[in-house]
Amino acid sequence: MKILSTTVTTLLVFNIWAATAFAQDAAPTGIFRFERINILIAAVLFSAAVLWYIRRAVNGEKFYIRPLPGLSAVDEAVGRATEMGRPVVFIPGTGELDKIQTIAGLSVLGRVAAATARCRTPLRVPVLYPLPMAAANEVVKQAYLDEGVYEPLDPQTVQYVAGESFSYSARIGGMMLREKPAAAIYMGEFSAESLLIAEMGQAAGAIQIAGTAEPEQLPFFIASCDYTLIGEEFYAASAYLSGEPKMLGALRGQDLMKIVLVIVILGGVASATIGWGEQIWRSLLQTL
Amino acid sequence: MVVAFFGRGVVVDAVSDEALRWQTIVGGIALLLGVFSIVQVHWRRVATRHEDRVYSAILLLCLAVMAGFGVFGGVGTGSVYDWLFENIQSPMMATMFSMLAFFIASAGYRAFRARSVPSAILLVTAIIVMLGRIPMGQYLYDGLPGWATWIMTVPSVAVQRGIIIGAALGAASMSLRVLIGIERTYLGRG
Repeated sequence: MKILSTTVTTLLVFNIWAATAFAQDAAPTGIFRFERINILIAAVLFSAAVLWYIRRAVNGEKFYIRPLPGLSAVDEAVGRATEMGRPVVFIPGTGELDKIQTIAGLSVLGRVAAATARCRTPLRVPVLYPLPMAAANEVVKQAYLDEGVYEPLDPQTVQYVAGESFSYSARIGGMMLREKPAAAIYMGEFSAESLLIAEMGQAAGAIQIAGTAEPEQLPFFIASCDYTLIGEEFYAASAYLSGEPKMLGALRGQDLMKIVLVIVILGGVASATIGWGEQIWRSLLQTL
Repeated sequence: MVVAFFGRGVVVDAVSDEALRWQTIVGGIALLLGVFSIVQVHWRRVATRHEDRVYSAILLLCLAVMAGFGVFGGVGTGSVYDWLFENIQSPMMATMFSMLAFFIASAGYRAFRARSVPSAILLVTAIIVMLGRIPMGQYLYDGLPGWATWIMTVPSVAVQRGIIIGAALGAASMSLRVLIGIERTYLGRG
């Protein structure tokens, strides 16, 4: 292991040195992209708001989070599956592991896996890409261990299914119609296969809970699923299900920034309405 | 990546490019994990005479055939792999895609019901937009296409932008929770 890590580090450093040593001289433009400073300021303000509220939560302040029907229904869905003796299907989206929606989906998977482990309900997690499969495997294994289930994980629990979205949809459709899951939870990034999967789940008679931040796919989930988490509700799912003060504090910080954005948008609409367009604001900023 | 986004320079660009290259390499190696998972699950189904063993056997056969032709015969234009992809896999993908039309109809039939005031508004709006997009709509009433266009370009876009803004804030908050280590469930730790 030491030899492997030393080799990898050496290769990495050599490649970076080679790229820098043989790089062509570019026009001197500085090391900081000043054209993106507005994004940096917004990111710093956002982070400050979130960290401030996390600190307040750690100090014992309680925050109210409005109930999300879709998440309250997760336990109900798992309970239904347990009573009917049928599996729960969880799909953590069709995105790669570097997408934040996939990470959010895997976070919810941890909570759902814990619920299925408690109830001893079979869980099926078909995944489109191998890296999320490896991550999902670890998430489910850990959730089962935390709930006291020490048997080796069934290979059918988390499985890699194709590498292409329509092949994936076909496999999911077959699984839905043959195994007839009682509950189907879709949390993550989806594209054209969203309606295919949701309609096949509907045909199988499963209670369906979906969550995604893709605005184009939300109408399909809303039409086909029993509960849908829209955009930020999906990202808040993990925090909501865990109930940890730090996570809830982060949600509160995010809401503060939303209020600031609303004020800025309303200010922009008002200024555009009275004729103060972009030109005037640019010249004002330049004067300052 | 954050430094590469805000920074500029030979070293920053080199580190960023190297990280992306390694991401591609690791992703490629991870594909072997996926193949192993498929073979393990479906071989077990065949071996234990599972009721769906026929489908598993077909899958394993197709995997072996495509992989074999791809590795030994190449994947370029004119190869057997290319022929199999263009004449078998592509039509099957197109078939799955075409099912969307029928699923949209069945989902719409279930969703567009006047059960309450909001669902009635949704129903009327959907009728206006659907009719406004076809020649019959303009035949029925000249202004219908204009109404449909207004609905799609003004309220619909406004709501989509609101959702995108909320989702972007949620993504930023989630990313910050991951970066500072509060959110660790995706790693397999509670």
